[in-house]
Amino acid sequence: MAHAAMPEDVMLPPPSRAAGAGVYTEKLGMWIFLGSEVMFFTALIGTYVILRFAHPSSWKPPGQVLNIPVTAVNTFLLICSSVTMVKAFAAVQDGFLKQLRLWLLATVIIGASFVGVQVYEYTHLIEKGFIPSEGLYGSTFYTMTGFHGFHVTIGVLCMIFVTQKAFRGKYSQADHRGVEVIGLYWHFVDLVWIILFTIVYLI
Amino acid sequence: MRGAVRPGPLQDARRRDRPHAGRLRPLGGTSPLGRPTLKVSTMATTATGSSTYTHDHGHGHVDDRSFIRKYIFSTDHKIIGIQFLIMSLSFLLLGGTLAMVMRWQLGFPGKPLPGGTLLPDTYTSNGVVLPEFYNSAVTMHGTFMVFFAIMPLLVGVFGNYLIPLKIGAPDMAFPRINMASFWTAVPAGLLMLAGFFVEGGSAAAGWTSYAPLSARSDLTGVHLGQIFWCLSLIILGLSSIMGSFNYITTVINMRAPGMNWFRLPLSIWALFVTACLVLLAIPVLSGAAILLLFDQTIGTHFFDPQAGGQPLLWQHLFWFFGHPEVYILILPGMGMVSDIIANGARKPIFGYTSMVLAIIAIGFLGWGVWGHHMFQSGMNPTLGTTFMISTLLIAVPSAIKTFNWLGTIWEGNITFHVPMLHALAFVSMFVIGGLSGVFMAASPFDIYIHDTYFIVAHLHYVLFGGSLFAIFAAVTYWYPKMFGRMMNPFWGKVHFWLTLVFYNCTFFPMHQLGLHGHMRRIYDPTQYAFLREVQPVNVFISISAFCLFATQFLFAANFILSWFKGEKAPMNPWLDNGLEWTVASPPPHGNFGDVVPTVYRGPYEYSSPHSDQDYLPQNLPMPGGMGAAHPQPAGD
Repeated sequence: MAHAAMPEDVMLPPPSRAAGAGVYTEKLGMWIFLGSEVMFFTALIGTYVILRFAHPSSWKPPGQVLNIPVTAVNTFLLICSSVTMVKAFAAVQDGFLKQLRLWLLATVIIGASFVGVQVYEYTHLIEKGFIPSEGLYGSTFYTMTGFHGFHVTIGVLCMIFVTQKAFRGKYSQADHRGVEVIGLYWHFVDLVWIILFTIVYLI
Repeated sequence: MRGAVRPGPLQDARRRDRPHAGRLRPLGGTSPLGRPTLKVSTMATTATGSSTYTHDHGHGHVDDRSFIRKYIFSTDHKIIGIQFLIMSLSFLLLGGTLAMVMRWQLGFPGKPLPGGTLLPDTYTSNGVVLPEFYNSAVTMHGTFMVFFAIMPLLVGVFGNYLIPLKIGAPDMAFPRINMASFWTAVPAGLLMLAGFFVEGGSAAAGWTSYAPLSARSDLTGVHLGQIFWCLSLIILGLSSIMGSFNYITTVINMRAPGMNWFRLPLSIWALFVTACLVLLAIPVLSGAAILLLFDQTIGTHFFDPQAGGQPLLWQHLFWFFGHPEVYILILPGMGMVSDIIANGARKPIFGYTSMVLAIIAIGFLGWGVWGHHMFQSGMNPTLGTTFMISTLLIAVPSAIKTFNWLGTIWEGNITFHVPMLHALAFVSMFVIGGLSGVFMAASPFDIYIHDTYFIVAHLHYVLFGGSLFAIFAAVTYWYPKMFGRMMNPFWGKVHFWLTLVFYNCTFFPMHQLGLHGHMRRIYDPTQYAFLREVQPVNVFISISAFCLFATQFLFAANFILSWFKGEKAPMNPWLDNGLEWTVASPPPHGNFGDVVPTVYRGPYEYSSPHSDQDYLPQNLPMPGGMGAAHPQPAGD
């Protein structure tokens, strides 16, 4: 009888146990966690929509305060990072571990530069006198983009963790759960940004 | 009538075929129920008196984790459940103490609080409770009871303890995240507590923290305390989300072979639906608390009407979270009580499938009713009608559950053990709270009793009479499994009866006060002429409340003394069918060891004609091959 020597091994479900959802546990857990993230951003976006309808005069016309071209480039960057993430996942599925590392590294760099551009944007706006206490426009702008930026930052940190694991050869064609799970989170954050960019900047 | 109430060929068997049902059983024997125990597992009961758990299946395996890994930063769901139990019982005591401060002030306004002179001058003057302290006691009583006592007691304790054991899993899906969940709940509680020790005192804007009262410190005189309130709930939100996605993943993916969805115990169904509600409702509260925090600290204007913000928005966000929260606080109780009632009545639960569907229906409907907290808020009255209808709809699944409980005890051979007494009190008290809930769902009546003691009576009938009796039932039921010892049944019964009597003396007269127009958050009722004539009722309520509080020390003493001195618990003291009763008390680390339990049937096979005992554990193959059900793989 194969016996678990380490206490941690006792925790693992026995291999004979079929996964109820047909999806491995980490992936299922991430999907469920994203459900709660959806509700969090729904609360923020709902607040934005309600306040904007109730008090439209607090908002300036699009482009007058916020620099749309810079943010459009930033949006493009974030979408590119989703593409590199897809390429990374495709690479490890096919067993190309060297490509996996490169694509993950590219995702980290692009994600970090998104955060960098956002910091640049913030400092620029604050210099111009557009601060969070500047009426409802400032309140909602900084809260919504700020929490998205916070999520991207967490994502970049996790992505760095996954990347260094990839460089240490922890992923293989057979087992690359970490890559898939972080990918789900990454695409979700990207999707949220597309909504935020539309309603906060463009409309 | 009998034909209608008697279960049909549900869960394998008809009642009239059950030879043991409805008959007296021989007394004596080693089991507390006076029935011989059935050997169901090859796994021997392990010695648990020492500080180490040992596996005893085939070959010895000593658990060599250090003390810190085993009891403090443990990833074992059972230890985490017990940690939550100790934390939330402490906060329950604290919340109760604050209630006593309120009751003293309401019953005897202007008289010095016993021991009040020991409190700082900002709380009392010559021992008399100051209005500021009264406000903070009201606020923190609600906050601690809802977020740090009842919710962790139901979800944190029993979600953790029961889910893996009852579905036959070795642990949660993510044990480390589970540990992190507990260790973020502790700092959240301490931060909330820290509010009492900072300048301005703790939060004082009510547990609902309506803006702008909570957003502007010049209105309450509390600044830091209010910030701590927001921060603490944001951190607690993280803890709840970590817990809930863990529970959901575990229930979906880690069920033992044969444990398909409709063989799950109702407690697990309820905890599963509750976890879904926590997962989706708590982030909304976190979002709202973040916006409020920004209003308080960095000068945003979300809820400030002067700058275009919307005070009503806070109420919408809060109650959009707050109403699913109400079901978070009652559903696990309903589930666990269903298990206990079936056990106490020695009958299969009546209408298992309808019970499951009712739980799911409550889970869904709970999202569409938050506006009934806001009939008087200035919300559009047309919207109020919509919320009234959706709220009345919830009475349907609730009534289904209640009638099913009655159907379960109908013609049962009821054993009045302490958990069963609490479970029966749960049903009766929940009916009273539920009926006053139906009154209040109707907006014409609600407008009349809005913000009066009628509301206080209702919510305590549901939260104390409902949730807390369910917690007492569950704690006394699973105590032997948790600690390996029995609680004293005599003192358990004394505690139960005194609690039931004093509880009703405390909260039932509040209905009368409310209909008389007694306001809800009021410092001194005697300053109003129309309330002076009902002041004797307030005095009666206060004295009953003190007795109720004192009675709880019986429970505390029973709990603590039994931990060390209680009679050693057998593996299955209540002769229950659940998987957790097929392992030692307390179960070893990893729960089932190398044996993966296989599940052959649902959990409510009491008085089964196929067994020579009056119960039939879930993992026991059918004796003698009579109608043996083949195990089905999980996940269908």
